Amino acid sequence: MLSQWGFVLMLSAIAVIIPVAAITLGHFLGPRRPDPIKNQTYESGVETVGDTWVQFRAQYYLIGLIFLIFDVEVIFLFPIAIAYQGLSFFSVMAAVTFVLILMLGLFLEWRKGALDWN
Amino acid sequence: MPELPFPLPPLPTVSQVVFLMIAVLAVLGSLAVVLARNLFHSALGLVAAFFGAAGVYIVAEAEFIGVSQVLVYVGAISTLIAFAIMLTRGMMFGATSPRNRQSGTAAIITVLTFVVLMALTRGIPWPHAGEPIVDGQLIIAGLGHAFVNEYVVPFVLLAMLLLVALAGAIVVARDRK
Amino acid sequence: MNWSDAVIQFQYDLGAPQELSWLVEGITYFVGALILATASLTLALLLIWITRKVISRIQDRIGPNRLGPYGLFQTVADAMKLLSKEDIKPTSSDTVSYAIAPVLAVLGVLMSLAVIPFGAGLIGADLSVGVLYLVALGSIGIMAALMAGWGSNNKYALLAGFRVVAQLLSYEIPMVLAMLAPVLLVGTMSMQGLANAQSLYLGPINLGLGWFIFVLPGAFLIYMIAALAESEQTPFDLLEAESELIAGFHIEYSGMKFAMFFLAQFLNSFFLGAIAVSLFLGGWQGPFAGQVPLLGPIYFLAKTFFVYVVIQWIKGTFPRVRVDQMMQFAWKVLVPSVLTLLLAQMIIMKLPLPMWLNAIFVLVANIVVVVVVLNVLGNYFKREQVRSKRAFEPTSLIGTMQPVHPSSGD
Repeated sequence: MLSQWGFVLMLSAIAVIIPVAAITLGHFLGPRRPDPIKNQTYESGVETVGDTWVQFRAQYYLIGLIFLIFDVEVIFLFPIAIAYQGLSFFSVMAAVTFVLILMLGLFLEWRKGALDWN
Repeated sequence: MPELPFPLPPLPTVSQVVFLMIAVLAVLGSLAVVLARNLFHSALGLVAAFFGAAGVYIVAEAEFIGVSQVLVYVGAISTLIAFAIMLTRGMMFGATSPRNRQSGTAAIITVLTFVVLMALTRGIPWPHAGEPIVDGQLIIAGLGHAFVNEYVVPFVLLAMLLLVALAGAIVVARDRK
Repeated sequence: MNWSDAVIQFQYDLGAPQELSWLVEGITYFVGALILATASLTLALLLIWITRKVISRIQDRIGPNRLGPYGLFQTVADAMKLLSKEDIKPTSSDTVSYAIAPVLAVLGVLMSLAVIPFGAGLIGADLSVGVLYLVALGSIGIMAALMAGWGSNNKYALLAGFRVVAQLLSYEIPMVLAMLAPVLLVGTMSMQGLANAQSLYLGPINLGLGWFIFVLPGAFLIYMIAALAESEQTPFDLLEAESELIAGFHIEYSGMKFAMFFLAQFLNSFFLGAIAVSLFLGGWQGPFAGQVPLLGPIYFLAKTFFVYVVIQWIKGTFPRVRVDQMMQFAWKVLVPSVLTLLLAQMIIMKLPLPMWLNAIFVLVANIVVVVVVLNVLGNYFKREQVRSKRAFEPTSLIGTMQPVHPSSGD
C-alpha cells in the first residue's frame, strides 16, 4: 500500500520539474531588457499610490472560518460513509444528528446575515 | 574511535530516505516560521511544515490522517493565518525582527522540550511495525464505525463544539455596522 | 492486472536482480508518472484549441484555421511565442512568493493525475483515500493564488487573490459533499473501486452502464456547478474576467510564468471533468469494456472530452454572475441542498425495503434537488435577461439620458 505513494512522490517530483524547467527555459530564451518603467507595478499606466495594502474585508475571514468548520465536518463524514454499509440504524441516526446540528449552524449564520455578501 | 551509544544502522531503506527528506522539509519550514523577517514568509514556512507533518503520517501508513492534515491545515488554517496577517497593514509589509525580549526564554524552553522528548523517545519501548497494511479502506471504515458506536457521545459533542465555533465566528469576524 | 505489476514483471524478465526491487519499482513509477505528465502537457495544447474552436463556433466565427489542419498547431505556435517572451519581474514584487506561485499552481493540478482511473488496472496509484486526496490537492491551488496575489505587490492582484480564495473555499464544501454521495453508495474512497462499482451485469456480460448519475443526478449537478467554480470557468470567472478586467491575481506575470497559470487552469477543468466521469459517469465502464480492455481508456477519454466540450459550451453561452450572488449561491443553495441530499440518502438506504425500492427513493430525492437548484438558477438568469433587455431597449434611446423606467428603480 505504501508503495502506491511512491507513484505520488514521483509524480510530485515531475510536476515540480516541468514548470521549473519551462520557466527557466523561457527565462533564458526570452529577451532581457529590464527598464525601471517596465518593472513598475502594472496599474494601466497610472502611477501606484501608496503601498499595496487594500482594505481587507472581515467577510473573507468569516468565510475562511466557516469553511474550516465544514472542512472538519467533511473529514468526519468520510469514514462514516465508508463504514456505512456495516452500520446499524441507530449509528446512522447519530451521523444524521451530527449533520443536522451543523445544518443548524448554517442556518444560524444565514439568520445572522453572515452569508450575505455586500 | 569512541564507542557509539547505538550500533551503526545498516544502509537506509527507501522509506527511511523518504522520511529523511520529509523531515528536512518539516524542519526547514519550521525554522522559516521562526526566523523569517516577513510574517507572510513565516506563514509559507508553516505551510511547508504542515506538508512535512502530512508526509510523516503517510510514511507511517496513516494515509487518512495525512490527507486530512493537508485538507484542514494547509487548506483552511494556513489560509486563515494568511488572512489574519493581511488584516493589518503593518504586519503585512513591515519587516519584523524575529527576536524580541522573550527570545532567550523561548530558546531555553525549546531546548528543554527537545531534551525531554529525546529522553522519552529513547525510553519508550516502541511497538515494532506489524504487517504492512494491505487494505486501507478497512482501517478508515473502522474509524467511521468507532465514531458512531463507541464514541458516539464525544462525536455528537463535537458537532455541538463546531456549532459553537460557527456562532463564535460570527461574533468575532462580522463587520460591525 | 495492474499496469505497474506488468512493467515490474517485464523488468524482471529482462534480468533485473530481485534484490534491487526498490529500484525496479522506482523506475516503473517514474516512467509511468513521466508519461502521464508529458501526455497531459500535450493535452493542454489540444484543450486550448478545443476551447477556441467551440467558442468561436458559438459566436459564429471560424476560430484558428491557419496553422496545420483545422488550425490544430495554433496553440503550439502560441506556446512558442510565450516561450520567447521576456520574463518581467516587477521591482517591488516579493521574490520568493512570486517565483513559487506558478510552480505550485501546476503542481496542484498535475498531482490529481495520480488517482484518475483511465481503464481497468490503468491508474497511477489506487490510493485508499483517493477521493479525499483529490480534495486535499485543492488547497495547493488556494496557496498558489494567495502567494501570487500577495507576491505581485499589486493592489488588483491582491484583491483578486482574496476573491479567488473566497470563491475556492466556498465551492469546495458543496463539491466535497457531492463527492461523498457515491462514496456513501459504494463504501470506498478508492477511485478504481468507485469505477468498478458502476458496472451492470446482464447475466455474465458487463454492460458497464450502472452509472451513478442514474441514481444520483442531484449530486452530479451540484458537483458540476461547484467544479465550474473551482476551475474558475465562466459563469464563475469573475475574478479573472479576461474580457473586462485586467486578468486577476496573475496580472503581474508574463511569459512562461503566466503560461503556467493558464496551463493549470485548462488542465484543471479537464481533470475536474475526468473526476466527474469517474465518480458519476461510469469511469471507463461501457458496453463490452469488460471483455475488450482497450475500450476502457477510449470510453473514459471520450466521456471526459464530452464533459469538457459541455463546459466550454456553458462558457460560451452563460453570462457571468456577480460576486455576491456567487457566494450566496454556494452557501444558501448548494450547501443546504447537498446536505439534505446526503441526509436523505443516509436514511433511505437503511430503510428495511428491497434494494431497488431504496434506489428509487434516492433517485426521487435527487430529482427534487435537481428541480430546486435548476429553478433557482433559471429564475436568476431569467431576471438577468429581463434586466439586460431593459437596458438595451430602443426606448432607452442613447443620448436622452433618461432612465429606462423611472419607477422600476434600476
